[in-house]
Amino acid sequence: MEYTNRGIRTGKDRIIFNAVAYLVLGVFALLCVIPFYLVIVASLTSEEAIMREGFSLLVRDFSLEGYEIILNNPATIARAYLNTVTVTVTGTVVSVFMVTMCGYVLQQRSFPWRNKIMMFFYFTTLFSGGLTPYYILCTRYLGFKNKFYALILPSAFSVWNMIIAKNFMRTIPPEIHESAKMDGAGEFRIFLSLILPLAKPLLATLGLFSALGFWNDWYNCMLFIDDKDLYTLQYFLQEMLNSIENLRIVAEKSGIVVPVLPTEAMKMAMTIVVTGPIIFVYPFIQRFFIKGLTIGSVKG
Amino acid sequence: MSARFATQINPAARKKTFFQQVAQNRTFLIMVAIPILYVIVFSYIPMGGIILAFKDYKYRLGIFGSPWVGLNNFRYFFISGAAGRVIRNTLLYNMAFITAGMIIEVFFAIVLSEIRNRYFKKIAQSMMLLPFFISWVVVSSIVYSVLSYEYGLINNLLAGVGGEPVNLYALPKAWPFILVFLRIWKGAGYGCIIYLANITSIDPEIYEAADIDGANIWQKTSAITLQHLRPTMVILFLLAMGGMFRGDFGMFYQIIRNNGTLLPYTDIIDTFVFRALLSSSDVGMSAASGLFQSVLCFITVMLANFVVTKIDPDYALF
Repeated sequence: MEYTNRGIRTGKDRIIFNAVAYLVLGVFALLCVIPFYLVIVASLTSEEAIMREGFSLLVRDFSLEGYEIILNNPATIARAYLNTVTVTVTGTVVSVFMVTMCGYVLQQRSFPWRNKIMMFFYFTTLFSGGLTPYYILCTRYLGFKNKFYALILPSAFSVWNMIIAKNFMRTIPPEIHESAKMDGAGEFRIFLSLILPLAKPLLATLGLFSALGFWNDWYNCMLFIDDKDLYTLQYFLQEMLNSIENLRIVAEKSGIVVPVLPTEAMKMAMTIVVTGPIIFVYPFIQRFFIKGLTIGSVKG
Repeated sequence: MSARFATQINPAARKKTFFQQVAQNRTFLIMVAIPILYVIVFSYIPMGGIILAFKDYKYRLGIFGSPWVGLNNFRYFFISGAAGRVIRNTLLYNMAFITAGMIIEVFFAIVLSEIRNRYFKKIAQSMMLLPFFISWVVVSSIVYSVLSYEYGLINNLLAGVGGEPVNLYALPKAWPFILVFLRIWKGAGYGCIIYLANITSIDPEIYEAADIDGANIWQKTSAITLQHLRPTMVILFLLAMGGMFRGDFGMFYQIIRNNGTLLPYTDIIDTFVFRALLSSSDVGMSAASGLFQSVLCFITVMLANFVVTKIDPDYALF
């Protein structure tokens, strides 16, 4: 028997296993990436080429007309970009702050009602009234229709994230809280200046989870927004995919005169505009998402 | 009990009154006040709104003004034949997602853990994670560019080898397979991480001992790795089963859009509730089907949690 320096036998079984492993993983990994490549290629191909030969894996007739029309729309696409960025930043800050603070308080042993309040939160994950009453409440009684805050408020707090935060807080030694208390610091002060700096890994993970959620959100926009000035990027893309009419409006506003409306190229260009930042950023942040699976896993 | 006992011995340690406790914990209470208000507004008040399921909602009259109709909304939901269809679809899709997802995630985790080439492993894992970061809207756009009848890549490749083009958007029976594939495509890269972490925690000496006993890789995988993963698999499976009646609205809504041809095979409770809500005459039925789903979800979650508690209380939800 042969042994490698790692103590692994390189027998026939290992060779077959490796062949299967590399092949299957390689193919699946490529399948995960190729569609994005396909969209990039399509976004760079002229409309005639797409009409003639369909989507393909090579750029045959290079053209930027899809991007030109889309990026020539300061009033609409740039607006949607701005909305998405504002929603993402505000939503993430508000959500992480509320979730962390709530999780911290519910982990305090000296807080008498912590278990009862925890059950109060937890029950909402077990039972819900459903979409219908929620929708009618938000639109009819809370006036969410076409309000900017309707894009943030419905996702501004998450019980699941709060549970993660609560579990993370258990890893912070209670002595820190006790000694600060003896020095006369108030609870809120302790949370802000002592606990938050210690919870950086938690803040990073929750922050990125929330930011991704807000960036990718189209649901709130679909439910509550009709005003094009308040569209987010994802919903803008959804509208463009759904009807040629929306594409025509975008093209008209760009002021670029085209003989044929490049519908397919525009859709693909918009897909890239919407996804671009994520594709560039995700390789650097993926480790936080991997950590997110274990960070709050201490059972509370 | 102990508090009362303490009072008898030492009057100074008397239990504080409610108001004294409130005063003492006022900062904590203020800190959780907004989150509490939040779940009251966005979760508890809508729970009260389930009365809509028993009313014929008229926009003009509001929730309280609309007339009661008893169980008519439920009756309509079941008699129209929609109930059977959407419940069946929701159940079957979730079972397929859970089972296929778990098999493939465990497989990927085992394969990834055995690969010694660090660069290959790292790059492959990064590539597999990409779809996890993308919204279903973007996935929908991508799916269209691959499957579309006129321009899609697949039909393009088919035409290249002299095949007949297929219009998948008019072929409902193909969609269960497409959707299961998409679900795995989007989720397996992230889903396998938890199993991978689990495998990494296995003591390497066990594998070394098996090597010395002459075990081959298949024997080691089935006797050590899979045995070690089994508790996690059982727990995750049960917890997932708890959400059996909760459909992935984003996926079904974005990928299928309003393609009526595909609906018999792709309509789930969540998309049905949404469509009924949009057509103003069906709001009552929308609420009824939503309530029906909520109750089913509640029962299955409680059941799943009960079973998990029996197996391993550490993993119980509550």
